[in-house]
Amino acid sequence: MTSELLVQYLLSGITIGSVYAIVAIGFNIIYNATGIINFAQGEFVMLGGMIAVSCMPFMPLCLAVSCAVVVTALIGVLLYVCFFRWLKSPSVLRLIIITIGISILIREAALMIWGEQVRSLPYFSGNEISSIRIFGAYISPQVLWILGVVGIMVLLLNLFFAFTRMGRAMRACSANPTAATLCGINSQGMVAIAFMLSAAIGALAGCVMSPMTQTQYDSGTPLAVKGFTVAILGGLGNSTAAAAAGLLLGVVEALAVSILPVAYKDVIAIGLLLVVLAIRPTGLFTSRQAGTLKEF
Amino acid sequence: MRGRYTPLLILLGLVVGIQLATAVTGTAYFLTQLTMTAYYTLVVVGLCILMGYAGQISLGHAGFFAIGGYTSAYLTTLNLASGTHPSAVALLMRCGLIVPGHNLYGAELARLHPGVAFLAAVALTAGIAVIIVIPVLRLKGHYLAMATLGFGLIVYRVVLGTAGLGAADGLSDVPAFTLGAGITVTGGAGFRVVNYYVAWCLVSLGALLVLNLMQSRAGRALAAIHGNEAAAQAMGIDTAAYKLRLFVFSAILAAAAGALLTHYTGGIGPSEAGVMKSVRYVAIVAVGGMANLWGTIVASAILNFLSLRGYFGIYDDAVFGGILVFMMLFAPQGLMARETFAGLIAWVRRKGGE
Repeated sequence: MTSELLVQYLLSGITIGSVYAIVAIGFNIIYNATGIINFAQGEFVMLGGMIAVSCMPFMPLCLAVSCAVVVTALIGVLLYVCFFRWLKSPSVLRLIIITIGISILIREAALMIWGEQVRSLPYFSGNEISSIRIFGAYISPQVLWILGVVGIMVLLLNLFFAFTRMGRAMRACSANPTAATLCGINSQGMVAIAFMLSAAIGALAGCVMSPMTQTQYDSGTPLAVKGFTVAILGGLGNSTAAAAAGLLLGVVEALAVSILPVAYKDVIAIGLLLVVLAIRPTGLFTSRQAGTLKEF
Repeated sequence: MRGRYTPLLILLGLVVGIQLATAVTGTAYFLTQLTMTAYYTLVVVGLCILMGYAGQISLGHAGFFAIGGYTSAYLTTLNLASGTHPSAVALLMRCGLIVPGHNLYGAELARLHPGVAFLAAVALTAGIAVIIVIPVLRLKGHYLAMATLGFGLIVYRVVLGTAGLGAADGLSDVPAFTLGAGITVTGGAGFRVVNYYVAWCLVSLGALLVLNLMQSRAGRALAAIHGNEAAAQAMGIDTAAYKLRLFVFSAILAAAAGALLTHYTGGIGPSEAGVMKSVRYVAIVAVGGMANLWGTIVASAILNFLSLRGYFGIYDDAVFGGILVFMMLFAPQGLMARETFAGLIAWVRRKGGE
């Protein structure tokens, strides 16, 4: 393989990997706040892309994207208010089945609204054929958009959880909801915000990736499985590690496609998930001791 | 012990009653969907005890079903006549393991006996289930659900991406499976009634197997695991081994159902391996109630039949998604559970008292 080709594969891997990282961070935000793995996480990404595409005829691109993010965030809050808010200490099995049911309902609703057609947003700058040369490889300007938006999102989220009052309150809730409530934190409100935030970043990722990967009503489930793979690789709940793991999975997938038929692309990622679950369910970056304290 | 087999007898009575009713009213065409329903019910029976007793959710049962179906279909449609080892083929043919024949254009065919293919399908599925389950059963809850979902997706992608398995078209022209004594698993109209009885007898047999299993030492161990896994382990029950066996057992039921349904319909497509199929099985168990064998069989019979007859129209998948959410929110014990009725009665009383 020539070095140019290698750079090409690496860049395409990093691009798709950063989207996986965002889905994984979405998983982590809700998991940290509630202990729920939201199987409908991939649907947020799909909804973001679809809503933005629908808004395009009526408004400029940046407004359409904002609109998609806001609407998806509202859907996220709505899910919490309608389904999870009033469940009293439900079992894990029950929660899993509810989120799976929700993901199917969202997907079927999308099928009714948008049909089976594959849709995509226009390129944010330039068009399909414009390209930039980096280290001998040609990339679309959209790649820079994806990397930039994802990078800024990860940075802002880290700042949010580390320094803002609300971010710290959310962390307190995830560490110990009872103690947080005693300190005067509205823990239910924090959970609602977690759902909103998770849906919003998923939708934004869905918008920036839409021009390159396109959006279809059923594109959510594979994204959710891969996002989950990434979340596990990084150690469930650890968002910075998830970002690194996302890039890793993206690169592995891109290199695998250079050897194997494209039809088996998803098989690699999911096979990796099964292997990681078998060998190190605590994640690559977490110590085994810390992992044994968690409930699997 | 009294009344243990009563539900089974009621089931058999209903099966005969429905057949007679269709014969009298001239609606024998319903039997085709009812036969397919029976095979899907067999999958659900296995999933019901897996979810109910081992507390393990599997979102990959359509994968096992598809492995069973595809293996059977692939092996029985493979033409060995033009193969590279004619002596081996001749030897197998002498043993009766290969069925000679001619295709539509008169060319010579030599196909593997469906019985051999069936055994191979079940063995392959059991092997894959063991490989999948050993690492996976160390996991609980979310991890297990995602791992089995991932397994299901892998099967779907492989089936869809492999030209030898017909890719998006699937495999068709699967020959009939003669069980002997004039019983043949095939879709022909002449065999409709026979196949209906074969399928539902298999469901009854599966139910009987489960009933007896639950009364055995293994069943009591599983019930203990269901109650409290840590306590069961402390009592000296090898929980991992029991869960593994139960998982493999339910995978085998799914594979057998897949293989037989493939012979019945004469083909199989990638949609049988789809994630939505797996979710559908889980939804049916949710309606019937986990560990509630009879509730699940009734739920499966009704929902699968309605779905196969197309009563849900374009909302087919949405109906099952909605059922899942509704059941888990309002009646996690299943529709036919005592708790649900008690809750409903209390609710009606409360409303009435206002």
